[in-house]
Parts: sequence; structure tokens; C-alpha cells
Amino acid sequence: MSVEVNEQVGHFGQFGGRFVPEALIGALNELEDAHNAAQKDPLFLAELTELHRTYTGRPSIITEAKRFAEYAGGARILLKREDLNHTGSHKINNVLGQALLTKRMGKKRIIAETGAGQHGVAAATAAALMGLECVVYMGEEDTRRQALNVARMKLLGAEVFPVTSGSRTLKDAINEAMRDWVTNVDTTHYMLGTVAGPHPFPTMVRDFHKIIGEESREQVLALCGRLPDAVLACIGGGSNAIGIFHAFIPDEAVRLIGFEAGGDGVETGRHAATITGGSPGVLHGTRSYVLQDDNGQTIESHSISAGLDYPGVGPEHAYLHELGRAEYRAINDDAAMNAFALFCKTEGIIPAIETAHALAGAMIVGHELGSEAILLINLSGRGDKDVQTAANYFGIPL
Amino acid sequence: MSTALDELFVKVRSENRAALIAYIPAGFPSKSGCARAIAVLVDAGVDAIEIGFPYSDPIMDGPTIQEAAEIAIKAGTTAADVLSALKTASDAGVAAVVMTYWNPVEKYGVDEFAQAIAVHGGSGVITPDLTIEESGRWLAATSAHAINPIYVVAPSTSDARLAQVAAKTGGFVYAASVMGVTGARATVSVDAAALVNRVRAVTSLPICVGLGVSTREQAKSVAAYADGVIVGSAFIKILLSNESEEIAMNALSFLAKELAAGVREGR
Repeated sequence: MSVEVNEQVGHFGQFGGRFVPEALIGALNELEDAHNAAQKDPLFLAELTELHRTYTGRPSIITEAKRFAEYAGGARILLKREDLNHTGSHKINNVLGQALLTKRMGKKRIIAETGAGQHGVAAATAAALMGLECVVYMGEEDTRRQALNVARMKLLGAEVFPVTSGSRTLKDAINEAMRDWVTNVDTTHYMLGTVAGPHPFPTMVRDFHKIIGEESREQVLALCGRLPDAVLACIGGGSNAIGIFHAFIPDEAVRLIGFEAGGDGVETGRHAATITGGSPGVLHGTRSYVLQDDNGQTIESHSISAGLDYPGVGPEHAYLHELGRAEYRAINDDAAMNAFALFCKTEGIIPAIETAHALAGAMIVGHELGSEAILLINLSGRGDKDVQTAANYFGIPL
Repeated sequence: MSTALDELFVKVRSENRAALIAYIPAGFPSKSGCARAIAVLVDAGVDAIEIGFPYSDPIMDGPTIQEAAEIAIKAGTTAADVLSALKTASDAGVAAVVMTYWNPVEKYGVDEFAQAIAVHGGSGVITPDLTIEESGRWLAATSAHAINPIYVVAPSTSDARLAQVAAKTGGFVYAASVMGVTGARATVSVDAAALVNRVRAVTSLPICVGLGVSTREQAKSVAAYADGVIVGSAFIKILLSNESEEIAMNALSFLAKELAAGVREGR
């Protein structure tokens, strides 16, 4: 299968593009030019590689989950350990790349949005490392739910701005970050945290995360002597999923499966399964799938996992879905939490609740494909941040 | 074929003055309150009305218009209410346009929306987050239904791009006077005059200035160089105050009369 992407204009089939105020066009062009030049600049690539080796801890290892595999039809389960990266998730891959670009563009200030706080913490980390001013927009509701991450960002020297508009969650944090960017675009880079937003963000963030798939493709070949049968990842905006999928897109025999947050169940309307339960539309500067009502108003999403709780999704995923190259399924809160608990006890690894959606997916796909199958799962983040949520869910007294 | 908006600018140019354009979201402060506000604004001398399509994620708007949009959405404002407010304004005898973020248009249907604007007496649509690169279907639809596609330009827009955007624009070019979101400001940016001059160099279309105008003095100073003065947040602030509707409508009328005087004093 050939997947045609006209990246010059930032489209993935009918998806992607730029739906932004004219005030931002100059900055998006500047960013696109800087990214394209950097991707061809051996010095930039060497600097990023060295940072990943000495700061992030790349390459991340592969762990085989033998005990958990017994609950997944006996298939071989290979985990790409992005949870072992500095700051505890794949998010560091993107922020280090964008921080280097920020310096390249001569800008001194970055802004970022965050839901659960993982991207905010990663952005604050990169800003501290590179000596950049950092402002993180976070829904007021989320600052209360994730007080520990707010403290982490402040310790790292970032200013955290609680957003009180709209639903006071991630979607509104992005709105507020865009408003800041429109106002301060000359001095400020918007360090968007996922593969959504206007071009070049979906392509650029993908380029910084595709190392996940490139490394793991080599690692699986070395370990198993063949490619995996399926590559699995959880998907909110879609950055960890596109990161591990991308290197496998030309390998037609490898199934790519993304697991969206089904919340209380897609049929209840309380979910964040944008591809499964949404429709094509425009949100936050890009055309993709969106949770929306009959008047085109965004519908609030729901998930036990704050990192998947977003009513949009990256346009490249919308395109892979339309082409049939990747599959997208929904995993409900309860199934994700069941997999979370099982995985803790069978593997000695506390995963992020986001990641637990992919683990729950593996329990289904493993049974479908049988014991001869090899499943590669992106273990996108660790679950330290989720201990309170999990304790509440399972009734563990704190 | 010319729209009521096109005819308005022929008229104000012959009168050697700028037009006064008022923005109000549909369904705000309520469905009936919106209709009443439109009547008050027209009586007070407003030349054209922009009906806002309240949207859940208004990234170009400051706190005032965000709050108004939230009130309108909570009250259940739909595309039908937007079109009905458009017709109210058009029936009152002024040029009427809709200002909307792009997603509600796609959801309604691109061609269907352009057709509905024309059917309800609208002259055009302002699309602040639709770039010219994404405008293929929209321009075909506005052309087919003879309405004006109105684009917004900013101080950061390059001269080359101003020419490209103006070439796609009908009715007037909307010059966003500052880098930032909507909202009343103490001073109208010095960027505004410079931006209008740069747009003049690439088009003969009328140029209207928005973002920040709230007083007669500001309207007067902008009217000296622009073809139209757009006022939104200042009107909405009045309607957001906790006064009775009677008092709010009187205040709205007073401000609109002041601004209408201002746009006649600029030259």
C-alpha cells in the first residue's frame, strides 16, 4: 500500500491543513521552514541524538511481558519502554526537538498546553534545560485534579496559568495557548504537545516521535527475526501512537491498532473515542475527526485518563483510518483499569492509565491472533502520576 | 451583482465618511434580546450588522465575546437562530453578514451555508480562521450564491500575502488592528493605520478596522483612514452588565449614536 501524503501543504488526504487566524500564518511558515531545515541539518540531528542518549536515556529498551501474555491468548507481548525515558513518558522526544527549534528561531519564550500535566512537565523540563521562559496553560479543573504536576512544573521554573474559560480542561487550555500565541507570536514559540493543530505541528511532532517506531522495528527484528504481527498504542491526540506506527506503515502485513478512550462506553456519549464515535470536522486549526454536535460545537470528552481526554485527534490518524491502514477501537474505563491492575501484578510495572488502554487492547487482540502472534505495544508512560486516581478507583485508602 | 454591503460602501464613500459596523452574537443576550438589540443598533445609526455564530472554541476572541458566546450556546442557539438574526438585521434595512469560525460551516454544509446566507438576506460571511489555502469549496459556494467572502488580515501578514488574501476577498477586507484577541482597548494600536495603508496598496476594496474600538474618539480617529469601523466587545460589555434590559438597551443606543457620530467626524 502506498500512503500518499502531500506534506508541503500539510495535508493527509482530506485531513490536516491550516485553519487559523491570518495572524499566525507567518509564525507557522517560520516554524515549517525551521523544521524542514533542521531535519536536513546534520548538526541539529546530531545534537538531538546526543541529548536523547545522555539526557532522555535513548534508545529505550524492549521488555517481554511473559506473565501478562498468559492473559492475552499466549501471544508474545513486547513492550517498548518509553516509560523509562526521563520525565516518565514519550513526551520528552517532542519537547527536546521543539526546544532546539525554538533556540534556532531565536525565540526566548515557550508556551504549552497540558491536560494531566505530562506534556506541561516535559515542556517545563526542556525549558529549564535550555534556559527558556515557560508558561503552561492548564484548565483550572485539571490544576486541582493534578496538583502534584502543577508543583512539579513550578519547581522546574515554569509559570502555570489556570484556564477558567469553557469547560476548564485541556481543550480550553489549547484555546488559551492559541490566544497567547496570537498576541505574542514575535517572541514566543507554541510547543504543542501532540500530533494535532495546524500544519506543521502534526508532521513536526510526528518527526520527533517516529524514533520510537524506528528503534523498536530494529529491536523486534533482532529479537524475533521477524516483524511483529500487530503494533498497539493508546491514542488521545495520537503522538505516542503515530511515533510507534510510522516506521511500520510501509510493512503492509503489520497491523496498526490504536485504542481510544471509551470512557463510560461510546454508546453513552461519555467518552473520548474521537475516531470511533466522532465525525470529520475542524478543531484547533486542523481538519480531522472531532466530537461535535449538530451545530458543529465541540462536545466535551470523558475518560478516566486525563491524557486521552481530548475531543480531537491528529489528522494523520484520521487519514490512516480512512485508508484502512490503521484500525481504531475504543476501550472503556473499566477495561483499562482491569488491565492496569493485572499488568501491575504480573509485570511489576505501574503503567500510565493512558497506556493501560493499549494493554487492555492487547488482551483482546492477543486472543484474536493466537499464541503464535507477536504484539508490539508502546508502553508510552509510567503510572506514578496516576496512583491517586487508581487508589480512588480501587478503593485503596490513602 | 453587488450585495447590500457593496452598495453600502459606495454610499459611504459618496458621503466621505466611514461606515459603522456592529457585532452581536446570535442568541445573545437572549434570542429576543438579540432581535431587540439589532433594532436599537439600526435605529441609532449603525450601517451594517455582523451576526456572530457562537462557537465552543473561539480562539480569536477575548473574555467578553467568549462569555457572550457561552451564554448563547447554553441557551441552545443553533444555526437556524443565526440565520434568523441575520434576517432580522437585513429586514431592518442594513447590510447584514455572519461572522463564524469555520467548523459550524462545514457541519452545516459549505454550499448549503452560503445558500442559506443569501436566502436570509445576508451579504456575506466573515471567516476568521479559514485560510485562503483551505477556501476552494467556500469560494465556489460564495460565488454561486453571490455573497461576499470576507477575510481577516493582521499586522503580521506580509505584503505578498495581503495581496493574495485581498484577491480572494469580497465586500471588504477586515483589518485586525492588533496582534491579539478581540476586546475593548484603551488605545487603538498604531499598527492599524499602517496595516490599512499596506492593504490599500494591494486592493481597491473597502477596508474596515476591528479589534479594540469602544469610544467616539477612537471611531473618529479610525474613520480618518478606514472605510469602516467595527465594534463588538464594547456593545457586548453593556449587554453583559447586570442592568435591566431596558437600561442596557438605552446604554446600547447611546453608545451606538456616539460611534455613529464618530465615524462622521473622521475626515
